[in-house]
Order: sequence, then C-alpha cells, then structure tokens
Amino acid sequence: MQDLSTASPGMTAPALDIEAVGHAYGARRALDDVSFRVPRGSFTVLLGPNGAGKSTLFSLITRLFATREGRIAILGHDLARTPGEALRRLGVVFQARTLDLDLSIRQNLVYHAALHGIPARVAKARMGEILAGSDLVDRLGDKVRNLSGGQSRRVEIARALIHRPRLILLDEPTVGLDIRSRAEIVAEVRRLVREENVSVLWATHLIDEVDASDRVVVLHRGTVLAEGTVADVVEDTGTSGIRDAFAKLTETRLHAVGLELAS
Amino acid sequence: MSVLTASYVRDEPRGFSAGHYAICFAGIVWREALRFLHQRERFISALVRPLLWLFIFAAGFRQVLGVSIVPPYQTYVLYEVYITPGLIGMIQLFNGMQSSLSMVYDRETGSMKTLLVSPLPRWFLLVSKLLAGVAVSLLQVYVFFAIAWFWDVRPPVTGYLTVFPALVLTGLMLGAMGMFLSSMVHQLENFAGVMNFVIFPMYFASSALYPLWRILEASPPLYWICQFNPFTHAVELIRFSLYGELNLIALAVTLGCTLLFLGGAILAYDPARGIISRKRQVG
Repeated sequence: MQDLSTASPGMTAPALDIEAVGHAYGARRALDDVSFRVPRGSFTVLLGPNGAGKSTLFSLITRLFATREGRIAILGHDLARTPGEALRRLGVVFQARTLDLDLSIRQNLVYHAALHGIPARVAKARMGEILAGSDLVDRLGDKVRNLSGGQSRRVEIARALIHRPRLILLDEPTVGLDIRSRAEIVAEVRRLVREENVSVLWATHLIDEVDASDRVVVLHRGTVLAEGTVADVVEDTGTSGIRDAFAKLTETRLHAVGLELAS
Repeated sequence: MSVLTASYVRDEPRGFSAGHYAICFAGIVWREALRFLHQRERFISALVRPLLWLFIFAAGFRQVLGVSIVPPYQTYVLYEVYITPGLIGMIQLFNGMQSSLSMVYDRETGSMKTLLVSPLPRWFLLVSKLLAGVAVSLLQVYVFFAIAWFWDVRPPVTGYLTVFPALVLTGLMLGAMGMFLSSMVHQLENFAGVMNFVIFPMYFASSALYPLWRILEASPPLYWICQFNPFTHAVELIRFSLYGELNLIALAVTLGCTLLFLGGAILAYDPARGIISRKRQVG
C-alpha cells in the first residue's frame, strides 16, 4: 500500500478544492465566501441561474482572474503558488466559443496542444484517439467556421482533453444546442467520468441536466446554498426533487431566476 | 467521440522543460503565421501604405526639400532615401497596432482565453506572441526593401544585415507598446481612437519625414516633442544601422522603452495585478 504521508499532494487531494473564495467588481460582490469540493472521478454540477457568479468562478479557477480572497487548489496544487502545475491538469470549455474560426479542427487542436508543450505529432495521435468513431475524424482539415454549433462544441471538448487533464470545467456547454446535440455531449462527458476517471465540474442553469447520481453545488447570488449528492440536497431541503429543492433554497420561482427546463 | 486510451490518466508530469517552452513558442509563431496567411489583404495593405508615401509623397517633396549631409549619410541623399527608415518604422508601427487590434479582437471573441489558460508563465506567452508579431513585420520590411531597391533606394548590401537586429528591437518596442495599449482598450470600437491619438501623432512628430535640424528651425517646441517621441529614436536606430553605424542614444531609448512597454503589458495581463480582472463577467 502506498504511504500517503509521502505522496504528492495531487495523489490524495480532491480534484478541485475551493475555500472561502470571494470576488468583487468594484463595489459589487460577485462571489462571497464560496467553498466546495469536486471529488475525484465525480460529475459535479454547478447549478445556478444567470448572474449567479458561475462564469466569475470559472475565471478564477482558470486564473484569468487572480484569487484575491480565499484559496483554489487543483489536484492539490495551489493555483496561486504553483499555477503551472495546477493549470496543466485542467481542461476548460468556456461558455463563449473560443476556437479560431479560420483554422481547421486539426490546426486548432495542434495549437492548443503546443500551448501545453505537447508536440504536433503527439497531438495528432491523440486527436485520432479522442475523435475516433466520431464524424469529425474525417473532417479534421475543415475550417471550424464550417461546423455546426454541436460539432464546434465537441471540438472544444476534444481540445480540452488533448493535454490529458484530470479535471475538466465546462461552462454552460450545451447552451444554444439542439436537443440531440445536448444529449450527445452530456452522454460523452459522463462517459469520460465513468470510464476514464476524469473529474468534471459542469456549470449550467438547465436543471434537467442534473442526474440522480451527480453531486450538486447550488450557487445563487454569489453564495453556495447547498452542496452534496442530489439525494442529500433533496433530503436536506425536505423536497421531492432537485427542481423543488432549488426553488426552496432560493425562495423564488424557477422562471424568475432564469433556471430553465429545456424543452 | 469515442474511447480514450487507458493511459489517459497515467502520467503526472512536473515542471516544464526547455522543450515545452520551445514547442509552445513555435506553436504561437505558427498560429500567427497561419493567421497572417489567411489575411493576405493585411500583408498587401501594410505594403501599399509606405509604398504610396515612397512613390507619391517623396517624389513630390524631393523637388522642394533638400536634405543636407547629416550622419549617417556621407553625401547628399534623395528625399526617398531619407524617408525610407521612417517608412520602415511606419510598417512596424502599423504592424504593432494591428497585433494589438487582433489581441483586443481575440479577447472579445474569447480565443485570448485559450492562450492565457496555458500552464506556461504568462510573461512567456506574451513575449512569444510579441516575437511572432515581430517575425511577421520583418517579412513585410524586407519585401518593402526589395521593392524600394527598384526605386533607387539602395543602402549598402551589408546594411540589410546590420539593420536586422535593430529591426527586431524596434519591432519589439512598437509591438510591446501595442500590447500595452490593447490591455487598456476594452472594446474593439474604441480602437479607432488609438489610431488617431497614438499612431498619427507618433509618426508625424518624429524624424521620419524631416530631419530634426529642420524641425528645430521651424519650431523648437515641436523639436523637443520629437526628441521625447520614442518613434524618433526607433527610426534613427534603423537609419544608422542600415548604414552599418550604431546610434547609442537611439539604442538606449529604444531598449528602455521596449522594457517599459513590455513590463506594462505583462503587468496589465497579470491576473494578480492587471486590469483585466476588473471587467465584469456574465453568468
């Protein structure tokens, strides 16, 4: 058995550890004393309406913003002290599309791999593995501009995986997609968690994307209202389902806070 | 998408080797080159602008503006010869602004995030992006030299080599200035203001079009403005090195301004100190 006292922090720590994180835009506080964990190998849903602070939190985790209040650690690597070690273990799918439209799928993936110090030949081999069986594997030379919304999203997920991260953040990844594309993307990311032991933090305002087996963090107006398994949150609130639990936690009607059921 | 290999989570690398840095740098330059190839009109317009000045403006002014023997020139020179270093500076100035414009665009479209979430140090990413822009400007400059040669602008052959390090430095200075400006411009629409308040004053209030002694005769205050303009020193550094000479003051000012602008840009893009994190996000 491995001696845990001598193991590196990344071997025992949770995939993501957020402790007392806060952030303000001038006088307006966007996040206040936010703390939660994403256990290894879990699919954790960060559930909150528009304006809850999800994107701000993602900007802090990806170090686009500096963490001035609290602490963030990825696989045990403190983001402020060892940002390189933390970020190399992190894959990100941002809410806004961030692919270079004038480059091909292959060029986008090779470029992203290079930003992680991965040579082009390794990146090309990996993209073959990641996209194997997908219709995109025959379209690697196509410009991203010519892809559908769903296909672009899948390329962004492939890009987030190309450097083999242990934790993947996805910020509203299914917004704007049709029902079939949404279902495929959700299923693919769940498969990664199940089969590849990747940890996922999935930010959404679409409550029907929450599965009974998921962990949930409810974020509202910059504060964490609940954290745990779906069953825990439902039980703690004394409600019959996650939808009612959220309504009770926020003491508001779902449609009033922008939380939606996808049709 | 389908299965990943079982080795997906096997490796736990630590630290970054020189190889990682080299691959990252090459990737950034390669991406900039691809973008440049996709924007051929950018290449053409970058050349048309100085060529118009050379073919039309200089042709007209050569009849009314004599240039006396001033270092580094050993004899009287045609006005076309005199303004060539200024036009080279113009190419690099516009290229630096173009790069900063594309950084603002990248930030608006989100693709800048891809660069900034790389695990390699942010200063390294910014310097790599800067050097990629300089490489593009060097290509434009040497194509301009080739065309100007047919217009009888013919510095010593060795000058094409001796000017190279000067062009790298001036390209860095102007690119770093553009990068610093890009950190302060929050919307693409605001960039037109930069053109009016930065590029044109810098270009006209310099030694690019007229020798400083002539400006001093015409207007002492303007002369001092030109002296404090870093673009003047960039142009003089190019001018002297094109004739195999080194202007130490121009070198010192250009180097100092490069460090100043680059430091400012790195600070502005540093998440711990910069202004980027003060922008509000949605969601």
